[in-house]
Amino acid sequence: MTVVCEAAGETTTCWELRLYVAGHTPKSVAAFANLHKICDEHLKGRYRIEVIDLAKQPQLAAGDQILAVPTLVRNLPPPLRKMIGDLSNTERVLVGLDIRIASGKE
Amino acid sequence: MAAGVAARQAELEKCPTGLQGLDEITGGGLPRGRPTLVCGDAGSGKTILAMQFLVNGITRYGEPGVFVAFEENAQDLATNMASMGIDLQQLCAENRLAIDWVRIEPGEIEEAGEYDLAGLFVRIECALQRVHGRRIALDSIEALFSSLKDQNLLRSELRRLFSWLKEQQLTALITGERGDGRLTRNGLEEYVADCVIALDHQLENQVSMRHLRVVKYRGSAHGGNEYPFLIDRRGISVFPITSVGLDCPAPSERISTGVPRLDAMLRGGGVYRGSTILVSGAAGTGKTSLAAHFVRAACERGERALYFAFEESREQIIRNMRSIGIDLAPWMERDLLRFHASRPSLCGLETHLAGILGKVEEFRPRVIVLDPMTDFVAVGSHQEVKSMLTRLIDFLKMEQVTAFFTSLTLAEHAVEQSEAGISSLIDCWLLLRSLEQNGERTRVLYLLKSRGTAHSAQIREFLLTDAGVDLVDVCVSEAGVLTGSARREYEARQAEAALGRKEDVERKRLRLERRRQEIEEQIGGLRRQLEDEEREVTASIQNIVHTNERARANREAMTISREGGALCSPGEERSQA
Repeated sequence: MTVVCEAAGETTTCWELRLYVAGHTPKSVAAFANLHKICDEHLKGRYRIEVIDLAKQPQLAAGDQILAVPTLVRNLPPPLRKMIGDLSNTERVLVGLDIRIASGKE
Repeated sequence: MAAGVAARQAELEKCPTGLQGLDEITGGGLPRGRPTLVCGDAGSGKTILAMQFLVNGITRYGEPGVFVAFEENAQDLATNMASMGIDLQQLCAENRLAIDWVRIEPGEIEEAGEYDLAGLFVRIECALQRVHGRRIALDSIEALFSSLKDQNLLRSELRRLFSWLKEQQLTALITGERGDGRLTRNGLEEYVADCVIALDHQLENQVSMRHLRVVKYRGSAHGGNEYPFLIDRRGISVFPITSVGLDCPAPSERISTGVPRLDAMLRGGGVYRGSTILVSGAAGTGKTSLAAHFVRAACERGERALYFAFEESREQIIRNMRSIGIDLAPWMERDLLRFHASRPSLCGLETHLAGILGKVEEFRPRVIVLDPMTDFVAVGSHQEVKSMLTRLIDFLKMEQVTAFFTSLTLAEHAVEQSEAGISSLIDCWLLLRSLEQNGERTRVLYLLKSRGTAHSAQIREFLLTDAGVDLVDVCVSEAGVLTGSARREYEARQAEAALGRKEDVERKRLRLERRRQEIEEQIGGLRRQLEDEEREVTASIQNIVHTNERARANREAMTISREGGALCSPGEERSQA
């Protein structure tokens, strides 16, 4: 479920995103699909998504301070950002992840 | 349906909190397998209550627990609990306690679309599995309301969480902040409806007072009052007045008060063990001295004694008692006697009560002294003082600790009322009074009451000598009760008067003797006079008799001579005569 960061060069930052879900629920499926769509559109080739299924790795929930699912965590670029929900509101995702500005700069 | 409810009530199992007072109020603890809501203001002790519930569960009842912290992190919690002697890290290391800090920073989380709280569920489940948890505390889940925008979703998720906890048969304790006019700010009581406990923290007379109340307990009887509680280094202590009933033992053993004459006044020698003695008196009437006697007598019997001093320091008492020949220092060295000196205003009544109870439990004395207990009135109202002392006395009776209270009375005439209304709780009440007579102040003692023992109704003069307290019979004169130098003077005067009377009698006897002699002399004289007169009269009578005889003899002689001469007729003779 991991997408390799294809164009990770020295100058450009690779986006490291982590999506926490709890089992294959409609919300988690939707979140994954929405995230992929947004990333393909705005961060093509510069992102990496790691999906963590808390149903399988419950101990990670406490360590990463996950409360709601689905939760999307932007590990890179800093600062760390968190977003919850099925990411159906694209506008909010872009604002939340600060993608528009990042892409606009480039 | 009614039968179903009854059946559920009958089988409602309790989960002890390990907090003695709370378990007594709730009749055994929180409802097992159900969530309980603890609500209160910030700083009212919710977190400590929740943590003690878990820790006691682990250490006393073998029920591991999970603490889900929404406010404090594990490190802070451990530090806070360490001050109460609870080592959370140790319990965590032993896998008997799991602490999960759910960090919530408002504004950090962006919401984009639908979500649920499965993450939280997963965490709770994970922690529960790790320690095989039977108890869980959520402190305070209300923090979620400030961080998540979708309140409706949050509410439905909370409802799901609580019903899940119920399904898992977990005894849960959920804390919530008190809101305006509601038990909790976000209406948590709507979801947790089985048992609700409210904590309250108020300032009264600049002293903090904490109260606990069981607002609701579905399917169980519970005490509905506000019960004072406090938080000290042992954590939360709740002292319901009901925690000790009137079913304490009543031993018939007597113990000495340390003053033999006083023991004698209590017919049968001393007071009952486990009874409560109150000594009332104005300043300087010798209350502390009596207390010192009592303590010394206990130590001499080899019993432990605990002395709570609220006005004097330990050193002061020891020094002062030496002046009346009581040396308490050796008993302290042998650890039979301990002092605890503190100012009553130092802390609230409940803290005092907990402190006293704690020290009694720690030292296990057979006798304790509270000197003076009236100082508590400065900290709380009469009602509160009475409530506190009632609980203290009940506790001491249960433990069969003989209690010796002193009470400072301000106005002597109001002595019977000024005892914080606790006189009814007292078994043996001694009154020390000072009398002012003839420019001198003396002390008297009398027994106002003594339950279960015949006792002297006499007033005794109370002397403080080099060899301690002594009781002396007072003198009752025409002028009333005499004590001190008046008594001594009276006694001297009485002795003098007695001597005087003796001399008087002697004198009277002598005078009488003299008089007797005088009279007898007079009698002798008179008798002589009488004899003389008698003699004279006898002589004169004899004279007359002689004269008469001579005359008759003469007449007879004449008659005879006439019969021989001229005869005449009797008639002639009569007319001639």
